[in-house]
Amino acid sequence: MDLRFTPEEIAFREEVRAFIRDNLPTDIRDRMKLGHSPRKEDIVRWQRILNAKGWAGLSWPKEWGGPGWTAIQKMIFLEENQVAPAPELSSFNITMIGPVLLQFGTEEQKKRFLPRAANIDDWWCQGFSEPGAGSDLASLKTAAKREGDHYIVNGQKIWTSTAHVADWCFLLVRTNPNARKRQEGISFLLVDMKTPGITVRPIISIDGSHHLNEVFFDDVKVPVDLRVYEENKGWDVAKFLLGNERTGIARLGKSRERVNASVEMARQVNNNGRPLIEDSTFRQRVAQLEIDMKALEITQYRVVSAYDKAGGSGRPDPLSSVLKVKGTELLQATTELAIDVAGPMATPIWAEELAALNEPDDLLEASSASVGAYLFLRAASIYGGTNEIQKNILTKAVLGL
Amino acid sequence: MDFEPSDDQRLLLESVSRMLTDTYSFAQRKTYLAAPEGYSTAMWARFAEQGLLGVPFAEEYGGYGGGAQEIMLVMQAFGRVLVLEPYLATVVLGGGAVRIAGTDAQKKAILPAICEGNLKMAFAHSERQARYDLTDVVTTAKRDGDAWVLDGSKTVVQHGDTADKLVISARTSGERYDADGITLFLVDTSAPGLARRSYATRDETRAADISLGNVRVSDADVLGEVGKGLAIIQAVIDAGIAATAAETVGAMEAMNEMTLEYSKTRVQFGAPIGTYQVVQHRMSDMFMTQEQGRSMAMLATMMMDEEDQATRAHNMAMAKVGVAQAGRYVSQSAVQMHGGIGMTEEYAVGHYFRRCMVMERLWGDPAYYLQKLADEVN
Repeated sequence: MDLRFTPEEIAFREEVRAFIRDNLPTDIRDRMKLGHSPRKEDIVRWQRILNAKGWAGLSWPKEWGGPGWTAIQKMIFLEENQVAPAPELSSFNITMIGPVLLQFGTEEQKKRFLPRAANIDDWWCQGFSEPGAGSDLASLKTAAKREGDHYIVNGQKIWTSTAHVADWCFLLVRTNPNARKRQEGISFLLVDMKTPGITVRPIISIDGSHHLNEVFFDDVKVPVDLRVYEENKGWDVAKFLLGNERTGIARLGKSRERVNASVEMARQVNNNGRPLIEDSTFRQRVAQLEIDMKALEITQYRVVSAYDKAGGSGRPDPLSSVLKVKGTELLQATTELAIDVAGPMATPIWAEELAALNEPDDLLEASSASVGAYLFLRAASIYGGTNEIQKNILTKAVLGL
Repeated sequence: MDFEPSDDQRLLLESVSRMLTDTYSFAQRKTYLAAPEGYSTAMWARFAEQGLLGVPFAEEYGGYGGGAQEIMLVMQAFGRVLVLEPYLATVVLGGGAVRIAGTDAQKKAILPAICEGNLKMAFAHSERQARYDLTDVVTTAKRDGDAWVLDGSKTVVQHGDTADKLVISARTSGERYDADGITLFLVDTSAPGLARRSYATRDETRAADISLGNVRVSDADVLGEVGKGLAIIQAVIDAGIAATAAETVGAMEAMNEMTLEYSKTRVQFGAPIGTYQVVQHRMSDMFMTQEQGRSMAMLATMMMDEEDQATRAHNMAMAKVGVAQAGRYVSQSAVQMHGGIGMTEEYAVGHYFRRCMVMERLWGDPAYYLQKLADEVN
């Protein structure tokens, strides 16, 4: 047992850090440092830079443009990328549809979609949840009927992140409504978002942002050769997708970066005549977060290292549910820290004020952005399987109850 | 001890609740929000008709002659439906300052107009650099002949954009952070030299930054004793803490009811989610937290009549922390229990969540009051 990184891993971290330092556009970094979410164009710009370096594929094999990293290297990259702070790789492209196609796709599907996914020439979105199928995903109803060389898709998806800017959607549909088990009648389709019959309606989130959508399918024709894997075996694909790459889900680097940003802000905030950073209560809170981050970091590397030792395959570790629950709780705690640093300045929506400024006011801008993140990241314990569902998984898979 | 409202208080609560049932559905509220003021002037007139705008004021000034308990009942009812109108700003804070510190002439000039719905007020004390420190006042008032001249700026003045008259704090002597030397002034928002920049806050109400450049105020508009404003400010803020504590309780009740209802109707895995223990236990926690918060809101209300300043400050601080923490837990949990729908602007629960987020940091957040309490431990 040795909790230290190997010299090679340390050298790798330095290489990653140097590359990001030298290549991350400063405008993107500066915006993110203030707590803004990266815009679509920021994500595309950065991922293309990484792709040119051969790093965007993350866990993909080298022949498909992946960097060929070990799982530990992957974690190091993700952490450095988040701490920078740089936009995270498009999860839809890189950790969802990419691995799915690599595992289940035809050669033609791989050739057609993988290089474009790595470079975000196609922006993907995920058509899984439905109004009646959230935590209980297998109860989905969107129907696909086979007619010759096509499926005709009818139904509705909801909570579809970025559907309004997406080029393609990977979609779970019901192809056999009479299957013995609900899970057995589901197929996995790739749908061009420009296909006639698709309507995207915005859902505005409680932070005022437009990120989520409802997507309606009205007699949408999807060629049969855009089905991934066998008909009625889509649940296997979905399970693989949801279980795959769970290790990145803790987003520890993001939490670390947010805590760093709050500490920086606390140097500038006046608290009873002294900088807030000198306040012992504040410092204890930061110290507690450091402890929680350290524990999660080690747990995360334990999971990752076990994955590497198993030869990079095998079933998803149920401990990844620990990473999801603890990681999102931590991330949410960092957003609470940020709004509490902002204090009374977290109350207003400063948009107009900021727009009218002659010179930038970082403190005001960060205060404003902190609330958006606080509100929006309440979703972190909901999406990707609610934390309640993760605990159910743990009780079943680990405790055997 | 007696925790039951009196017959008169019960009648008051029933009439407020009845009115709000008819007028303040979430859909109706949306139409009020769309007005330029960000609230309904018709509702404001209705509050006046029902006597609500005079609840804490003496009958001789056109009021109802109530006290902190009556305000608690009204604010709790308001919290249940997220009332948008500037009741807190006008009746509790601005009008409260006049009630606490005004001369008979000032009360006569102001309180009946508030009761009738003809005068809206706001309380302009906080400054951008001050965070939660009440003595951090750098706005100045200087003597010039027979008048005072105000210069400086105030920030996040709740409903300051639509107020007709402001209570403004300014330093008449001493240095920044001195407890002495702060004076309160009554200033019309139409006064020359006073400018307002208005914006929305996260709970969808409106606030304003106020800038004061050479604003002349007469002696007749000094509120309370010159240089002794801090005690009045403290008393006004105590009233604000008690009122928003009650409002938080109302909001928690509404969120818990919504969550319970949702848990009975949302079906996943073949059964309503309320049949699952993980959901049941969270809702039990939310209920317990609401009741603990209610107890603390009652404490804040009771403390409004406490004469001993130290006892009052100590208990108000405890109540503020308890209610703020309760509001944060219940509102975060309500969103979580709703899942995706709880994250949407379209659904009510997120609006309660944001209102709680704003209330928990009015006049100090839990960390600020915990520190005050920690300093008293020996």
